[in-house]
Amino acid sequence: MGRYVVRRLLIAIPTLLVISFVMYAILALAPIDPLASLATDPRVPPEARENIRIALGLDQPWPVRYVKWLIAVLQGDFGVSFMSHTSVSALLWQRLPNTLAVVGVAYIVGIFVAVPIGMLSAVRRNTLTDHAVSTLAYIGFSVPTFFTGLILIIIFSVKLHWLPFLYDSNLKVTDFNSLVGQLRQSIMPILVLGLFDAAVLTRYVRAEMLEHLPMDYVRTARAKGLKERAVVVRHALRNSLIPVVTLIALGVPTVFGGAIVTEQIFHVPGIGELLVRSIGSGDTPVVAAIVIIFAVLVVAFNLVADVLYGVLDPRIRYA
Amino acid sequence: MTRARYVLRGAALAITAVMAIACTGTPSASPGTTGATIARGAGGDLKILYWQAPTILNGHQAGGTKDQDASRMVLEPLAAFDNDAAAVPRLAAEIPTVANGGVSADLKTVTWKLKQGVKYSDGTPFSADDVIFTYTYMCDAKSAAISFGTCENVKSVTKKDANTIVVTYDLAQPFYLQWGTGTSGEILSLNAWKDCLAEKAKTCAADQKPIGTGPYKVREFKQGDVILFDMNENYREANKPYFKSVTWKGGGDATAAARASLQTGDVDYAWNLQVEATVLRGMATSSTSADLKSVYSNSLERLVLNSTNPSASLGEQRSEPGTKHPYLSDKAVRRALAMATDRTTVAEQLYGAGLTGKASCNVWNGGAAESKNTAALDVCKFDLNAANAELDKAGWVKGADGVRAKGGVRLEMLYQTSVNPLRQKTQDIMKANWEKIGFKVTLKSTDAGVFFTNTSPDGYLKFYADVEEFANSAGAPDLAGFMDDWTCKLAVGKANNWNLDNAERYCNPDFDKIIDQIRAEADPAKAAALVIQANDFLVADVAVIPIVNRTSATSGVAKSLKGVVLSGWDTETWDVANWYK
Repeated sequence: MGRYVVRRLLIAIPTLLVISFVMYAILALAPIDPLASLATDPRVPPEARENIRIALGLDQPWPVRYVKWLIAVLQGDFGVSFMSHTSVSALLWQRLPNTLAVVGVAYIVGIFVAVPIGMLSAVRRNTLTDHAVSTLAYIGFSVPTFFTGLILIIIFSVKLHWLPFLYDSNLKVTDFNSLVGQLRQSIMPILVLGLFDAAVLTRYVRAEMLEHLPMDYVRTARAKGLKERAVVVRHALRNSLIPVVTLIALGVPTVFGGAIVTEQIFHVPGIGELLVRSIGSGDTPVVAAIVIIFAVLVVAFNLVADVLYGVLDPRIRYA
Repeated sequence: MTRARYVLRGAALAITAVMAIACTGTPSASPGTTGATIARGAGGDLKILYWQAPTILNGHQAGGTKDQDASRMVLEPLAAFDNDAAAVPRLAAEIPTVANGGVSADLKTVTWKLKQGVKYSDGTPFSADDVIFTYTYMCDAKSAAISFGTCENVKSVTKKDANTIVVTYDLAQPFYLQWGTGTSGEILSLNAWKDCLAEKAKTCAADQKPIGTGPYKVREFKQGDVILFDMNENYREANKPYFKSVTWKGGGDATAAARASLQTGDVDYAWNLQVEATVLRGMATSSTSADLKSVYSNSLERLVLNSTNPSASLGEQRSEPGTKHPYLSDKAVRRALAMATDRTTVAEQLYGAGLTGKASCNVWNGGAAESKNTAALDVCKFDLNAANAELDKAGWVKGADGVRAKGGVRLEMLYQTSVNPLRQKTQDIMKANWEKIGFKVTLKSTDAGVFFTNTSPDGYLKFYADVEEFANSAGAPDLAGFMDDWTCKLAVGKANNWNLDNAERYCNPDFDKIIDQIRAEADPAKAAALVIQANDFLVADVAVIPIVNRTSATSGVAKSLKGVVLSGWDTETWDVANWYK
């Protein structure tokens, strides 16, 4: 097992290098220009734009910029944002709590909703409950989040005036009132994202359960005279969750990446919102940092998922 | 940018100043000063929403309007510009003029008297040294300030005494308020910025938490998200500012901002509500929470006709000055296009007939220099029959497919612009009409971040198309600065790395002569007449087809928020000290 992990880690190094190179090349060759927003401003003459380009180091050829950037990143320095002139890591740390508070919580909510509902749906297969759950799940992952988000805003913010749709990142939860405030401002995005996550996971849980329920060991458990509840939860569900757990692990990096569309709609200053804005404004250091961190997380959580699989399922052995 | 631009700005300013004085006397009505109930910090929290979130709080390093507007809460120039383009003192005690002796007779030396006893929010005193420092900072190319353009022709900025500075220009400067004013003129404190000169300007802590003399100071700044301001207890004007704190939220999009202002009333002030006019009108008229406030300066949406040959077969010579467009070099074709341009429909259907823009056939709009002559020109009247007749007369014959041709040249056109729903709809309207008179129009739209570059072949400056559409706005009181964008020497091309202003590559010595005359003209009234002459020249020659003059600010202002006076010549927050509830 230890050797397996080490080997996987060694393979990850060239993978990440290739990813970083391709990503940087795409960013450098893309026609997007960090100075585009200044281009039609007659107060900013071409020579001023040229000064800025030089100050940002954009006068150097991109392979040179890539090597410099890579060396800095290996030392843990993601550089300075073109737009805000602050260190990229500071920007990311500033935004991570918001992303976790919304996207992370939504992910957890999604999991906690999906497991019991998926199980129930499988146990009561072809009943009204099952059909209702399946229908909801299909709606959940086929209706885009920007649509559900807007519907919620129009109902709860515009019509009923119950909930705010401008997220306040300065709200600190210190007492009951601020907790209510936090819930009020985050419930809509959490609902939108949680519904989506739950919908996807429910289908998996249900499918796995359906696969396991007719199996011999389940019949054995029943034959032993165990209560149906114990059979389903302790025997069938436990085994069904093995692939689901790896699936959940694989989904963790997307939490870090933030929810691009949903964060935009609800004004949540998270990492997804930062990414989109930085792409739009040609803020290469920020985009590069988010993409490379995301790549590292994907590689890492793939490994975690594989290792977890081995731990949870004794039949699987890595050599 | 050339020397010409600032000379022209001078003429512009002089004209508008004369106009303002002639019409209204002193245009300094600030409602906030009148109310007896106004006291410093009496108001609670002012909520401002910018759907583009500020990322830096130093106007000299701004990445866009959002940053300039936000930094003006804290930092102030020597003088601001109101909506009549008249200068209003900020850190200056008075506006220098030739009459009060502040400006030398040769228009080369400007003496600014500074307000005395002004303190920064941290208690340190403001002095002439800060102004000198600001000059050193922004006029050093290595600082890469976006305000660098206002340093052009500035010979020196020196201290006469603790409260007087002298700005010297290299040549007679009719726009003697060029340096240190408006959006580009924020004065930086020597104390706070002393470690931010040259290369260090790009990583400057003071840009994140500026110390200024303005009505507010920064408590917390989360880049790209939110700024919390507190009132500046040291603000020099008694009883101001009214609000104890300001929450400046950023992010989202224009529609969401309109919703937050006009529908839910979550914010007191929402910036740039550029939503489709029909939607915006509905939101605004039914709103119980806020009013829509807009202001015009000169932000002209125009059709730019390529005077050079964009054909890919020319290789390196593509769209280079010196080449000739196969059919747009024929004035009759240009005139026909202009006559088939339905700006009224565009203005009414897309810009809500005055809500976010109004139809215009002038290159320059506003003030004494706005031409009244163009309305009568045939190229300013939408008339498809006349357009067809023009092309018939010039020998362009319709083929079997309805496309006109002459001598093997077919009227096939590539018409490009940036991705923007309003522009795509404008393209559709133009295409429908132009195809009726025998053009074959292919539409193209490119993401704004790519379109507004000098590097992309899809960009507006490389201009590998026949016609393109965009807007260019005058930020400072720069009414004639537009005019030199059509001079020969500003023609965009490979030689200048596509980094100039004349995207049309228009070149006409007769036009350049008018511009030279404006440069030499010291009398504001005569300069205005020349600007009109230049405007009429461009419109009649169809160097450009003006479509719509867009509002330069379109804001949602809560009904409870008073004293909001917007200016098209300065940031939207130029007068924020006078806002109250």
